[in-house]
Amino acid sequence: MTGFLRAHGYEIARLTFEHLWLTFFAMLLATVIGLPLGIVLSRRPKLAKPIIGFANVLQTVPSLALFGLLLPVPWLGENAARLAILALTGYALLPILRNTYAGIRSIDPTLTDIATALGMTARQRLLKVELPLSASVILAGLRTATVTCVGVATIAAAIGAGGLGELIFRGVASVDNGLVLAGAVPAALLALLADAALGFLEKKLTVKRA
Amino acid sequence: MAMAAVEFDALSLALSGGRSILSGIHLAVEQGSTTALLGRSGSGKTTLLRMVNAMAAPTSGEVRVMGKPVASQDCTSLRRGIGYVIQETGLFPHMTIGRNVGLPLEMAGQSKTQIATRVAELLPMVGLEGVSFARRYPWQLSGGQRQRVGLARALAADPPILLMDEPFGALDPVTRVEMQEMMASLIERLRKTVLLVTHDLEEALYLAQRVIFLEGGRVVADLPSNKVMPSSDPHVRQYIRAVRHNHRNHEEPAS
Repeated sequence: MTGFLRAHGYEIARLTFEHLWLTFFAMLLATVIGLPLGIVLSRRPKLAKPIIGFANVLQTVPSLALFGLLLPVPWLGENAARLAILALTGYALLPILRNTYAGIRSIDPTLTDIATALGMTARQRLLKVELPLSASVILAGLRTATVTCVGVATIAAAIGAGGLGELIFRGVASVDNGLVLAGAVPAALLALLADAALGFLEKKLTVKRA
Repeated sequence: MAMAAVEFDALSLALSGGRSILSGIHLAVEQGSTTALLGRSGSGKTTLLRMVNAMAAPTSGEVRVMGKPVASQDCTSLRRGIGYVIQETGLFPHMTIGRNVGLPLEMAGQSKTQIATRVAELLPMVGLEGVSFARRYPWQLSGGQRQRVGLARALAADPPILLMDEPFGALDPVTRVEMQEMMASLIERLRKTVLLVTHDLEEALYLAQRVIFLEGGRVVADLPSNKVMPSSDPHVRQYIRAVRHNHRNHEEPAS
């Protein structure tokens, strides 16, 4: 075990970092798109069905197939990391979008009504009332998205984007279980860690009502 | 006569389907007076009230607040100058009582210390003594206490007009009477123009100088409080009958 770590330790660390990097940028992009879009959709529920439906379809495409499909796309296919981040963004989008939309829509209409009657502008209402009240639901979406991303990112190695999947694919190819575990265990730990940390935050932000 | 605080001028509201919610409302509410809008559910009283702070708009006619048409004003600044209390209290569960009460001041851009000072002044005014209230959350309070907080919030910016929509409707009878007594002394002291929506004639008579009876979106009677009980108007009589009926049921049998 120590011998294995001595031989692969640096590589595991490097690939873990790569894995985190891919996930981080995909999550950043998905949040930057999903959160505002979710807010806009909460104002226009008629648009919500087709757009959330589209994100839903995106979610159902098998990850390996999505990476393969995007490979011939110009600009995107030139850089494996770029492609991986974009594909991961697609997977992270649905939970963020759906939870933002649902979180804001589920707020007691009496509260948004009184916020308006107190003379809040639309922006104040969003920042002071709607977002704080839906924060835990939105965070639950971010949590699901992060865990999905960490998992799907292992597949990104198939197109040469790096990450812990590289060790898994190499291990499978060379029938080396140690190598497979060297990729799978840190990936699983990352997912669990992200889940626990965001779960903790979610609990903190839950508004007590009764 | 001094300028009316609130005026409804040939006001009507019809839904797109043609159903009429309010029709032909002409009223002028005197400054510093308390007026009750009395009616059953669906009589349009809440909608009429919400037209004062531009939370509802008429399809024809005009609402004027302090002489200025509501439709021509900036909604947010108009609303900040009008206190609004509702039955469900509408306290924000993620904010402390202090923040809830100080919200109108927060929006007016007042400093934290200014707000804290005003909140410390307001809470005792509505019968919530003790500093600890400001730090609590709505879920830690009873229904009556929450309603007091809602009232304190409506008074925070010292608005000249106070709109109250069934403010005591969800309270138990004992708390309700306590709140009515507190409200009566506040009205006496603060001299605000109060529009009170209620379905309870006794509450209307206890708090208001004038009672406006609404039915099917129309004003069917408009009387000073002391003329209500002697009135022979059939619309008014039905409310008096309801009050008498309740009393008869609860009074001790004569021996």
